[in-house]
Formats: sequence, structure tokens, C-alpha cells
Amino acid sequence: MIQLDNVHKAFGEKRVLRGVTLEVPRGESMVIIGGSGTGKSVALKCILGLVRPDSGTITLDGQPVDKGDRDDFLARFGMLFQGAALFDSLTVWQNVAFRLLRGNQKLPKTQAREIAIEKLRRVGLTPETADLYPAELSGGMQKRVGLARAIAADPEVIFFDEPTTGLDPIMAGVINELIREIVVEMGATAMTITHDMTSVRAIADDVAMLHDGVIKWTGTVVEIDSCADPYVQQFIHGRAEGPIEAVR
Amino acid sequence: MSAALLTRPLAAIGRPVLAGLASVGRMVLFAVAVFSHLFRPPWYWREFAHAVMTIGWYSLPVVGLTALFTGGALALQIYDGSSRFSAEAAVPSIVAIGMARELGPVLGGLMVAARVASSIAAEIGTMKVTEQIDALVTLSTNPIKYLAVPRVLAATVTVPVLVAVGDSIGIMGGWLVGVNRLDFNSAAYLKNTVDFLEAADVASGVAKGAVFGFLVALMGCYYGMNSGRGAQGVGKATKLAVVSASVLILGSNYILTELFFSA
Repeated sequence: MIQLDNVHKAFGEKRVLRGVTLEVPRGESMVIIGGSGTGKSVALKCILGLVRPDSGTITLDGQPVDKGDRDDFLARFGMLFQGAALFDSLTVWQNVAFRLLRGNQKLPKTQAREIAIEKLRRVGLTPETADLYPAELSGGMQKRVGLARAIAADPEVIFFDEPTTGLDPIMAGVINELIREIVVEMGATAMTITHDMTSVRAIADDVAMLHDGVIKWTGTVVEIDSCADPYVQQFIHGRAEGPIEAVR
Repeated sequence: MSAALLTRPLAAIGRPVLAGLASVGRMVLFAVAVFSHLFRPPWYWREFAHAVMTIGWYSLPVVGLTALFTGGALALQIYDGSSRFSAEAAVPSIVAIGMARELGPVLGGLMVAARVASSIAAEIGTMKVTEQIDALVTLSTNPIKYLAVPRVLAATVTVPVLVAVGDSIGIMGGWLVGVNRLDFNSAAYLKNTVDFLEAADVASGVAKGAVFGFLVALMGCYYGMNSGRGAQGVGKATKLAVVSASVLILGSNYILTELFFSA
């Protein structure tokens, strides 16, 4: 279980997180929604230790995330980045098998390649793509490779940062389905940040609405349409009028 | 009112001074981090070998051409100056000593700074902007160890070799001009070069090359990893990497020359 308790983070004068408290139960798929610049990515990066919170505590299964062996901690995570963040200088299979080629989980090269090809197949890519470079792939294919890399070492927790941004609706649907299937079959805890409501409905068990640096609402995906929270209602219906100020 | 008038210009001076000192502090901490990771596993030999090729081998043409033309121009200049007091015979030895002690390492270092610091800063800066550095961290890989250490080590090892090769090519440039343009006897020119050039001349230039290589790669990595967002951020990081590497080369060259001179 991931737990954030009263987490604050500011960059200079700008207070991005103003006391985020959130619980993500083990094996559940939590989706955090919210407008651009509300601190969703920062919250995710705080959990991974990419950004150090100013105050508050973050725990994974009761253990503070900033204590203990960092490599062991990170080995429990996989992450799909918004722009896939594939390493340009490495081939597709080397990207997917990155963790398996070095560090504590190092495997022989042939075995790592086999696993990479298996994971590529799982996300719908043929073995022929294994020896291509990321620059030779379309945006949708890059996302799939990023997904294959995130699941390559069978992590307990998977983070998805805006998984459908920049994709056409059909490819977005394919990625959403893949994410859902993979999370269910791996039994992993998933945390997704998005502002795409189609993604929310496809991926989420639970939803949290982040606005102005705090969690405004949490509930199950089934409850989201019937909830009375004006922030959630404005967001899910994409209304310009409401408590969330839109810059025109 | 009068106090504000007095403090405002002082604050205007103090702010950039403090920012500059903070920047130097961050650079030193970065250098210490790189240095400490040199001695701790894991070591990424594949990345090191790749960096040796891109930093050392591919810089050879530009360093070689710079040295060749500099050696030739140096021979002409020294001939012109020395002929005023009938000391033309000193041309070969002064070209050799000048190339080995000063021009080989400094011009070679500056050319490597232009070629390598910029490419390292742009590459790592782009990796930062596209979240590839964050991805490295989530894949349990320390970015300093994986990106900076192989590059800094490769530059520290290969730039002295480039300097030594550049010295030879520069001396050859002087010989070509001396023999073909200034009517020196080829054998006498070479004998004069060998007789007066000491091992310490070459060694001091090569040692400077190691320091310059370290500084060039360090600046490229530092500014790349601290790059701002977007194309503008990467562009600024690249510019700062080249400028600071060049200034540090010239500054450290004076300090090293003083040290070798006093020794």
C-alpha cells in the first residue's frame, strides 16, 4: 500500500503540493485526475524520490520511501513516462531489458533479450521491432515499448504518467486496454495520472481529484458520475464554468 | 530613503556574486560526486568505450588540423621575429617547445571544448528534458555514474593522447613550412627539434591535456544535467558548457604553467 500523508512541495514561491493525503491500496488501480499544472506529476515523482517533498510522509507498505536501500526500493517500481523517455542510443530490446542488463537483477544477455521480446509481444509489438532504435518508431509504438520496459522486471507497483497524451483516440484506447489487462494479470498496484476521462474509465478502480495542491475528492470509478463534488463534476464534463478557474 | 539608495546598488552587486558562488559550489559538489563514483562499482565499461571513441577518436581530425596549421603559422612567425637578430636557427626548437608546452594542449583543449563539451551538454540536456534521466533513476541507475563518469574518465584519458598526437602534427606543420617555405635543410630541422625538445616539455603539455579533458567533460555533464526546459534551456546549457570549459582551460593553463615553471 502506498500512503501519502500531508505532503507539501514548493518550487521557489510556487506551492505545488499543499498537503496531499492519499492512500492507494495494494493491487488497486488508482487514477489521479486534475488539470495541467496541479501537481499530479510532482506527487508521483515525490513517491519515487525524483523530487524530495518539503514536508509530510510517504510510505510503501508502512516503510518510509526515503529510508532503506534505494535500489531495492526502486526495483519494486515500473514507470511509463509521458513521452515514453526511451533511451535514444539503445535499441528497443536494450531499452526494455535495461534493468535486466545491469544492477542487482542482471541476467545473461541472451536471457534478457528473450524476456524483452516476450514483453514486446505482450504489448503487441513483433520481435522485428527489437533491433530498431526508438527514433524509428511511431508515438504509439514508443508508448508500447515504454510500457514493455515498465513491466520488464515484473514490478509490484506501476506508475503511468499521462499514458494516452499525444496519441490518436484508437491508439489511446489500445494503450488503455493494455494497461488494464497488464495490471490485472500482474496483480500490480497501479497509479496513473491523467486528464483523459476515457483513460480514467478504462483503467481506474479508484479515482482521486487533485486541485490546487490538495486532494479534493476520492472515490471509486463507479461513483464518479454521481458524486456531488463541484470540482469533479466540472472536470469530468469539461465545463468552462465552475469552481476551477480556467484562464481564457 | 537614503539607506535604500545606498543598499540597492550593493544588493545589485551582491545578488550575482552570491549566485556565482552558489554555482561554483554546485559545480564543486558535482565534481566530487563524479570523482567519488569513479572508485565505486558498478562501472559501465560499454559506455566508457563509446565515450573514448566519440571524445577521443572522433576529435582527432579537428585537433590534428588545428595543430598542423598552428605549427606552420608558428614557424613563419618565429622565423620573422628571430631573423631580426639573426637567430633563424632557433625556429625548429621554439616551434617544438611552443607546441609541446603551450599551443598543443591549449588549442587542442579549446577545440575539444568546442566539439565535446557542446555535444555532451546537448545530449544530456535533451535526455533531461525528455525525462530520460528520471527514467534512469527509476531503473535503479545512478545518472552520474552512468552518464558523467564514463565521459569524464574518457576525456581525462584521451585528451592527453590527443595532445601528444597534436604536438607531433604541429611540429610536422612547422617542419613542412620550414623546409618548403623557409629553405631549412630537412635533416637539420629535425635534428634541431630533437636536440632541444626535452621530455619535461612534452610531459607538462600532456599533463595539462588530462586536466583540460577532465574540465571539458565535467562542464558538459554539469550543464547538461542542470539544463533548463525546452530547446532554449538545452541551448543555454550548451553555450554555458562551452564558455565555462574554455575559460577554465585558459585559467587552469596559467596556474599549471606557474606550477611547472616553479618546479
